[in-house]
Amino acid sequence: MAVTSALASDPAARAGLSRDQLLDLYYWMRLTRSLEERLVNLYRQTKVVGGLFRSLGQEACAVGSAYALRREDVLSPLIRNLGSMLVKGATPLEVLRQYMAKGDSPTRGRELNIHFGDVEDRNFVGQISHLGDMVPVMAGVTLTFRMRKEPRVGLVYVGDGATSTGAFHEGINFAAVQRCPLVVVVENNHYAYSTPTARQCAAERLADKAAGYGIPGVRADGNDVIATYQVTRDAVARARRGEGVTLIELMTYRRKGHAEHDNQSYVPAGEIERWARENDPLDRYVQRLTAGDGVAPAELEAIDARVQAEIDDATDLAERSPPPEPRDCLVGVYADPPAAPSLWYREGVRSAVDRHERPASWGTHDG
Amino acid sequence: MAEATYLEAIRQGLFEEMERDPSVFCLGEDIGAYGGAFKVTDGLLDRFGAERVIDTPISETGFVGAAAGAAHMGMRPVCEMQFIDFLSSAYSILTNYVATARYRAFLPCPMVVRGPSGGYVRGGPFHSQNPEAAFLHTPGLKIVSPATAADAKGLIKSAIRDDDCVLFFEHKYLYRRIKEELPQGDHVVPIGQARVAREGTNLSIITYAATVWKALEAAEQLQQEDGLSVEVLDLRSLQPMDDAAIVATVKKTNRVLIVHEDTVTGGIAGEITARINELAFEWLDAPVKRVAAHDVPLPYAPQLEDFVLPQTADIVRAARWLAAY
Repeated sequence: MAVTSALASDPAARAGLSRDQLLDLYYWMRLTRSLEERLVNLYRQTKVVGGLFRSLGQEACAVGSAYALRREDVLSPLIRNLGSMLVKGATPLEVLRQYMAKGDSPTRGRELNIHFGDVEDRNFVGQISHLGDMVPVMAGVTLTFRMRKEPRVGLVYVGDGATSTGAFHEGINFAAVQRCPLVVVVENNHYAYSTPTARQCAAERLADKAAGYGIPGVRADGNDVIATYQVTRDAVARARRGEGVTLIELMTYRRKGHAEHDNQSYVPAGEIERWARENDPLDRYVQRLTAGDGVAPAELEAIDARVQAEIDDATDLAERSPPPEPRDCLVGVYADPPAAPSLWYREGVRSAVDRHERPASWGTHDG
Repeated sequence: MAEATYLEAIRQGLFEEMERDPSVFCLGEDIGAYGGAFKVTDGLLDRFGAERVIDTPISETGFVGAAAGAAHMGMRPVCEMQFIDFLSSAYSILTNYVATARYRAFLPCPMVVRGPSGGYVRGGPFHSQNPEAAFLHTPGLKIVSPATAADAKGLIKSAIRDDDCVLFFEHKYLYRRIKEELPQGDHVVPIGQARVAREGTNLSIITYAATVWKALEAAEQLQQEDGLSVEVLDLRSLQPMDDAAIVATVKKTNRVLIVHEDTVTGGIAGEITARINELAFEWLDAPVKRVAAHDVPLPYAPQLEDFVLPQTADIVRAARWLAAY
């Protein structure tokens, strides 16, 4: 079985994308980056309630791969996939409300950051923090498509770190055996929290893990949005044809820490700056659009302005959103019963005492 | 109508639900051509085909996670654990992913995870476990544990129809040891309702699964030898738990013995005791007592297993102590 590399794909090729689509990709990458920059401001103002997770430098991975999906296809994002979720229809307003723990956020304040989903319409699944777990879940989502003969596919993202988990192995193996229409994208960003990939896995290339599952493994330049689109599009087409799972390794670099608090003291001096200078996915794409595809800088500036206006509007709305109603926390653990009772001491101690039933004889020693 | 064993009752329930609802499918290890390690799924492959009776790789996390994904998409998967001991291999995905799906992401997750639990069969430490208490602590999961063939059928059907994840603990000791004539028609037992297995007035034994039968034996012996009238309450569902039935039996007899096969520390008896303390303290004439397994891994040799697990004689001894208190 061939393990191919897309690194050598012709940089001049547009992968069949129209000029509007090329600009679309720029819009989504710029929106991702600018929205995260806005979140940094809000984080510093302590308006973001919890941690902030950036995907700076990884926008091409997220956007290009998600752009290869149809609306009915299901995407399972990870923490660096804000861009994928935006492409799939998540809105900046939802993301801002979610980070700010608002009552009208997609999870009504129950979950953090980009941990939310919509499987009714836009088709992305809310992730959990346990890495690798979404792989078996997406195996089941796509097993259903195969069982029902629906022409839909699934795409699940993991990081280099998650490839070490048992859940990743069990999920991809199950999906491979069942020939589920699933694409597994490993975003190799060189670090899992502080641990470099060489301490995560002794294999040179994570794409080579595919051989152990009997599926194709391909590697692509994760900072080239056309390359990430192209390699994913091919894997999606293969899945839709009923040919099963593909493992894609996208080579990228995480320029910020695991989360905003992380000072990246473990990164060798100069490494981050070198990637920022030489291999920024947005810089590279701007260069390509203006030099190779004849896009005028003013067109890109107009997109930038549109992005800023959208984020400003969404921020204003999100800041005005109400906090959650505390008692909503009791609702919806189960379909039935619809809500958990609140504990007795929240009802007022006197009324709890009054309501507590006792036998008439208790304490009278009449027995 | 012919009698059905506990095992056949579960199989009947699976057949009927798969006939009724095309979104129901089964997955697990060796459940297809082989029919499952205990043959619970025997015949399902012939009737429903390999698309709906799926032999999986040995990967409990993999197929429980896959069941969750399918459930999100409108299916109603039924996972078989070859032995319930292996449920712990899916502990993380069950407690972190499945149990929270509805609450955190509004994702429907109607699925069943079923399998043979329990000892008294010389199965040793890894084919005899009773892991229900580990899951009772996780909001978002339901837990049922039938003791009779009729309840096994009625509860597996309810579990499959439930809109959340239900852990269905079958007792392997009961699989072929008990049988009865099953109710006709669409026999469904609601989740969350206990059953009075024997009426009594002097003391109550609250229990579930195989120890229901030991409690009934003990009750009969106590009636014969001591003239004691013992009520036996079979919980059937552990989550949600039937508080009303527990309080009713406490108020009736004022003395409570809780019996379960799982180890005593951190076992479900502790939770039941706490509920009785909070809801019906004033009706007690004696401390609530527990008969459960010793806090050791379950050993293999008959002499060792019999010492570790609660026996009918233990229940009789404890009940006499309670009656004399």
